Amino acid sequence: MSGLPLLPAILLSPFAGALLLALIPEGRKSAIRAIALVSSSFALALSLATMILYDRSLAGMQFVARIPWVGNFGINLDLGVDGLSLPLVLLTAIILFAGVFVTWRLETRSKEFFIYTLLLVGGVFGVFMSMDLLVLFMFIEIAVIPKYVLISVWGSTRKEYAAMKYTMYLLAGSAISLVAIIAIFAYAHDPARGLGVWTFDLASLSTIHFDAGFQKFAFFLMLAGFGVLIPLFPLHRWTPDGHSAAPTAISMLLAGVIMKLGGYALIRVGVGLFPEGAAFWAPLIAVLAAVNAVYIAFVAMVQKDLKFVVANSSISHMGFVLIGIASLNAASMDGAVAQMFAHGIMAALFFAVVGLIYDKAHTRAIADFGGLAHQMPRVAAAFLIAGLASLGLPGMFNFVAEFAVFSGAMQVYPVISVIAISSVVLTAIYVLLVFQRVFFGPRNPRWDHLSDARGVEMVPIVLLAAVLIGLGLYPRLIMDTITGGVLPIVQRIASLHIGGTF
Amino acid sequence: MVNAAIALVLAPLAAFILIAFMTRRTEALSAMVGIVAAAASLVLSIGLLVGVLADPAGAHESIKWLSIPAIGHFRGLEISMGVLVDPLSATMCVIVSLVAFLVMIYSLGYMKGDPGFSRYYAYLSLFAFSMLGLVVADNYFQTFSFWELVGLCSYLLIGFWFEKKSAADASRKAFITNRWADFGFMVGVLLLFQLFGSFDFTELSTVIPLAKGGAMLPLIAALIFIGPLGKSAQFPFHVWLPDAMEGPTPVSALIHAATMVAAGVYLIARGFILFASVPAVMEGMAYIGGFTALFAASIALVQKDIKRILAYSTLSQLGYMFMALGVGSMSAGMFHLTTHAFFKALLFLGAGSVIHATGEQDIFKMGGLGKKMRITAWAFTIGALALSGIFPLAGFWSKDEILLASLRSGHVGLYVLGLGVAFMTAFYMFRLIFTAFGGASTEGLRAHESGPAMAIPLLVLAALSVVAGLIGSPWFERAFGFSFGSFIFFGEGEKSRLDLTTAAISSLVAVGGIGLAWIMYGKKLIKAERVAAAFGPAYRLLDHKFYIDEIYGWIFARVMLAGGRAFDWIDHKVIDGLFDGLGAATRATGRKLRLTQSGRLQGYALVIFGAVAIAALALSTDLLGGLLK
Repeated sequence: MSGLPLLPAILLSPFAGALLLALIPEGRKSAIRAIALVSSSFALALSLATMILYDRSLAGMQFVARIPWVGNFGINLDLGVDGLSLPLVLLTAIILFAGVFVTWRLETRSKEFFIYTLLLVGGVFGVFMSMDLLVLFMFIEIAVIPKYVLISVWGSTRKEYAAMKYTMYLLAGSAISLVAIIAIFAYAHDPARGLGVWTFDLASLSTIHFDAGFQKFAFFLMLAGFGVLIPLFPLHRWTPDGHSAAPTAISMLLAGVIMKLGGYALIRVGVGLFPEGAAFWAPLIAVLAAVNAVYIAFVAMVQKDLKFVVANSSISHMGFVLIGIASLNAASMDGAVAQMFAHGIMAALFFAVVGLIYDKAHTRAIADFGGLAHQMPRVAAAFLIAGLASLGLPGMFNFVAEFAVFSGAMQVYPVISVIAISSVVLTAIYVLLVFQRVFFGPRNPRWDHLSDARGVEMVPIVLLAAVLIGLGLYPRLIMDTITGGVLPIVQRIASLHIGGTF
Repeated sequence: MVNAAIALVLAPLAAFILIAFMTRRTEALSAMVGIVAAAASLVLSIGLLVGVLADPAGAHESIKWLSIPAIGHFRGLEISMGVLVDPLSATMCVIVSLVAFLVMIYSLGYMKGDPGFSRYYAYLSLFAFSMLGLVVADNYFQTFSFWELVGLCSYLLIGFWFEKKSAADASRKAFITNRWADFGFMVGVLLLFQLFGSFDFTELSTVIPLAKGGAMLPLIAALIFIGPLGKSAQFPFHVWLPDAMEGPTPVSALIHAATMVAAGVYLIARGFILFASVPAVMEGMAYIGGFTALFAASIALVQKDIKRILAYSTLSQLGYMFMALGVGSMSAGMFHLTTHAFFKALLFLGAGSVIHATGEQDIFKMGGLGKKMRITAWAFTIGALALSGIFPLAGFWSKDEILLASLRSGHVGLYVLGLGVAFMTAFYMFRLIFTAFGGASTEGLRAHESGPAMAIPLLVLAALSVVAGLIGSPWFERAFGFSFGSFIFFGEGEKSRLDLTTAAISSLVAVGGIGLAWIMYGKKLIKAERVAAAFGPAYRLLDHKFYIDEIYGWIFARVMLAGGRAFDWIDHKVIDGLFDGLGAATRATGRKLRLTQSGRLQGYALVIFGAVAIAALALSTDLLGGLLK
């Protein structure tokens, strides 16, 4: 089974879609939609197939496809997935598929919109599949750049400022991590300390035992560089503006997968190559994670725009991912990966619902609403499901993820964890406050013209809600795979002492 | 047995799914689906109880739900989902499904014509599923999960009439208050797993007694105990329950009187081994319970809203149960939970009947209802007598068990406090009855007896309120060879007894309370307003519920929201300022540096010459020797 070229097919489907779209004239709306739909369905179906065919008992990298590229420098387009990346590939495919339906009725320049979106998603797939450090890094850039165009052309509210802020933050982050990548490359070439060959192959690199000083240095750069993507406090300020200004489908992808690139890269490259560096910096990450979780939850509580609430909520939830990584044990790391998946789906659902309201009402100011459950009961239900997932209600996958994170983190940082866990109460406060202000209350005749979600609008809602609840009821469907991916990384680190001084 | 337990939990879930996705448009069908599922659960529960009576060992089965291996000295995570059938869970299943069934029948009349009729039955079914799931859960994780789900149902049902701001506020308050408590609960459960590596009740009951002293176990017990404080609305988490009366009255009967609020008591009984091994937590439990009993009863003395009186009464009675558990008698606590479920559900459904008929909730705007609504009045009075602890009704037996348990464990203070609460209970209940049902009819108040759908559940519950206490009586034990205390117990089975001294004192106290109410509100020999005026400050304190809502409201607005605004300001001004400043500095540097690119050749030539000169000097340092050194 492992022999099927599933990964190249998944990777190529958005790029092929984008290429095809470029050849179609702008006016043929239905053809444009059809191409976007086919290429996203293709990616989703193949990702699901990969998930099903993945051999959990074997774990490790599977479906490996090696494509030599710049041999002299050891740069290769090697693709493969393990329990760490496979769920994220599936996540990306699900959100892309949902995003196509969310954008179904887009009229302005829909061709370009889908081209950039597909390019972006192709980049994301590449990051999660790449077994080569440099290629992984380049795919991050491919995923980041189209977003600038997408926000500044199809966005709203201060879109130019947001697009520029987003791009500057992310490029600065990339520049920092690039320094680390080049340092690793040079270290590996050193015959005495490294391998003596030019290589970016992550598997080979992980066999090197980097000396402690280098680990601390390189991991810190990774943390700062990828920390922007996650985002890690205080590098988070691009997020609220970026999410809010972006068009709906792009907010879904931004919160759903782009933020996960950082967490993924930090685990795969940071923790994977530098266990000692990770152990050294872990307490700092834990503290910042708690700040993420709690501080940003407070910020979310006083936002006046629906999207700003959801965007801040995303940053707050990434705090759980970060503390999960910082705790460096199986339960916490499993939870962190699961939380990336769960939060991705939940945030996508949230943004889909908010986008639906915005498209119809042309406002996102919470104060403008009230009693919307009368006109839009399905939208209200969808918002509530996303909200309940967000506040970690049992029965939702998010709860499983958070519980795993907490149970791992409590063993390492009891006090910091308790502070971070208090964020589940704060989340409940702002989610229910917003829900009440928007959906509860007497019927407001101003919104009588709004129609409830129906037809294609229901596709993303049903799909995303079903994933959250389905995995919430039976998490082993995905958790066992994740565990298989996390264990090898954690095992290398189990004996290390966390924290330390220079 | 296990299959029956699983089926009785899943039946209401199936009903929920059916109603939500299929029968929503046909209201009668939705109600039928809900009722049939509840009836199925009831029949299966009774079967379960009969089975457990024959074989008290019960049954226990579970499946692996999540498994993360332990690595190094870190624990992984092993979670299972299972079913634990024993006397405790079987009894609770019967209580829950019986009251749920009756409330669903009653709601046919009460909710008739409501635009959200189907939604209502969907929520009720979801609640029945969650509550039964909580009851049969075999481990702390599963309990916590269903615990949160019943909280969700409570949220949905309190806010059922979401167009009303008061209802929407109340539902949010209920959820958030419980969340704070569950935060403690969850941390406790996490630490419990860290210490013992298991969530399983049965496993824990063998390892906890072996646990050595240390600060961990008391901490865990105290943290987990916070959960029940929230769910059972004990001080200082009590604020949500009175507001929860915004929900439809049958919901108040089912969720906020008979079953969900008792889940806290149930959890303590289920995990009794944990709490009993930490005496300090037990003492705290007893005194928090006693305090809440007194505190809530005192507030009930001055309330005017019929549902709020009952709500504070519920708080107070739950306080009794905590007191019983705290002094070490699980039997007494669970016994009172059982009888209270029946008579408090009865009282709420009676109140619902009144509200349905009159559209009024202020008892002082009612009057003379006894003549217009005979069945309701009789049923309500039976409920009140049972609650007041009049022989031989249900409350008499269970309350005396609690008083006796406090006395026997040496808590004389709590015993006296319990008697005081009994007096107040009898007083406020009959203040209600004499005011609303007695006296002359209020003009313009339309009232009529409710239809059979509402009357029949009242009659069934009234009958249960009369006889349910007998299962804890010595007569029952003599006749059948067992009683409540020898069926559900911790440690050794408790023999039923009738302590004549306690019985006499508590009966005297209850009759005294009724008598005082009769003097003040029946005969109006003492004017209530004069009493209120005489105790001005105390009356205001009670009327404002000790200002606790105000204090919490202040903390939320002035501390939490203010904190949010402060942090938002930091985000925008400090952090954005820093990074935007970095950008501005870059641009400014660029502007300055641009000036060097002037295009004047002489300037460039000067720079080139200067650079060459410096380079030449630098290269010739060796030649020039000591000149530059």
